[in-house]
Amino acid sequence: MGGMTTDLKLIDEKGLRLDGRRPDEMRPLKIEAGVLKRADGSAYAEWGLNKVMAAVYGPRECHPRHMQNPERALVQCHYNMASFSVEDRKRPGPDRRSHEISKIISEALSHVVFTEYFPRTSIDVYIEVLQANAGTRCAGLTAASVALADAGVPMRDLVASCAAGKVADTVVLDLGKEEDNFGQADIPVGFVPRTNEIVLLQMDGDLTPDEFNKGLHMAVNACKNVYEIQRDALKRRYSARAVDEEVPAPAEERQEVA
Amino acid sequence: MATGDSKDNAREIVVPGELLAISGKRAGPGTYSEGGKIFASQLGIKSVRPDMISVVPFSGQYMPLRGDLVVGKIVDVGASNWLVDINSPYPAPLHVNEVPWRVEFGETRKFMSVGDVVLLKIVGSDEQKRIQITMQDHGLRKLTGGMVLEISPSKVPRVIGKNGSMIQMLKNMTGCRIYVGQNGRIWIDGDLDNIVKAVQAIRMIEEEAHAHGLTEKVKQLLEQSSAQGA
Repeated sequence: MGGMTTDLKLIDEKGLRLDGRRPDEMRPLKIEAGVLKRADGSAYAEWGLNKVMAAVYGPRECHPRHMQNPERALVQCHYNMASFSVEDRKRPGPDRRSHEISKIISEALSHVVFTEYFPRTSIDVYIEVLQANAGTRCAGLTAASVALADAGVPMRDLVASCAAGKVADTVVLDLGKEEDNFGQADIPVGFVPRTNEIVLLQMDGDLTPDEFNKGLHMAVNACKNVYEIQRDALKRRYSARAVDEEVPAPAEERQEVA
Repeated sequence: MATGDSKDNAREIVVPGELLAISGKRAGPGTYSEGGKIFASQLGIKSVRPDMISVVPFSGQYMPLRGDLVVGKIVDVGASNWLVDINSPYPAPLHVNEVPWRVEFGETRKFMSVGDVVLLKIVGSDEQKRIQITMQDHGLRKLTGGMVLEISPSKVPRVIGKNGSMIQMLKNMTGCRIYVGQNGRIWIDGDLDNIVKAVQAIRMIEEEAHAHGLTEKVKQLLEQSSAQGA
């Protein structure tokens, strides 16, 4: 961060950014749930120019066995960028960055999933970045929590995520690619709206405490917005099929078999 | 936060983390309570009853419960036990003492081998979800012939229907022998045409699990296909 210089004017005289956004404006976000048939749960998110697919499998038997936890499920996230997701071909395969992102997303999701319901299992979350344009970890986490809910995994709440940062000495929301490359700081935030908890927080670059607080505040507010889009995506998936019958209680219909 | 009309809350789709009730009721399946409030923990339909509030999930894995009848598949054979896949995250060992035959040590393969389908009962599971199953109860047996259909375990109650009405109709109208396991596996046997009819009907139930007047719709479908067959 800050290592690169550019003659790009990241913020113009009117205070607008390269793509015409105001400093506190997010890129458009679209989410669709249940896009993959073979996965237990899935979601696809388009966040500005980012395109991210998330698939959830499980809870299922945990392999390798030594990773099993006898008391709870393991949330294992695999973040991967497609080789064609960036301008210069990305060398395929796991690297330092994708390991890091997988780890922090796993940890963020573990906080909301009722892992104690499924001892000895693993819940596998796969995040594939098809097109990257800064902020893929936020897009990935956002899509992953929709995919988890779609898979029917019991959880306390959805995790919403958004980033804030500092560009041309201004605190801005949801950095785009140029802003990320030539900006001064970036703070991705994962947020649980129901309990106001932060489950993911990183900072790349330098900020004063005041700037940090301002950025965090902005990101948290944006997360609430993201949360509504996530909820809408999940409800849309099933409301297409007219739901108009009194639901029988599960207990009444159990047991009857032959 | 509340979407849909509040009076008609039986049909409301809820998302994990959504507030269902302030308190006064028991938190049923698919929900959790925190600080005296009840929230949804799964994506599904809110169901309110006088004493309990719960969420009927749209999807999810099968979790073995004591007393459940399930359709299992043998995946491995040991000297004194079989390993059965019961379509849950946990494999279930079936010990020779739990089968209706007398099996000598090492002779397990003479009775059942990999790929065989069995009707089982869940005896119980401990806190680590180690599962005990048995074949020693009336009606439990190895299932030969027929075919196995898999549906989402959360849709099983709809296939069975209230007091078994749906499954009874399926059996009467197709003449097939059908077992529905709580784990989402359905075993069907009969002549080919009838099996095809039954599978069609079950797929429709799965597809439209939450639709209104489902029994009527399935009845129509079955009558239609039998009229075509005649």
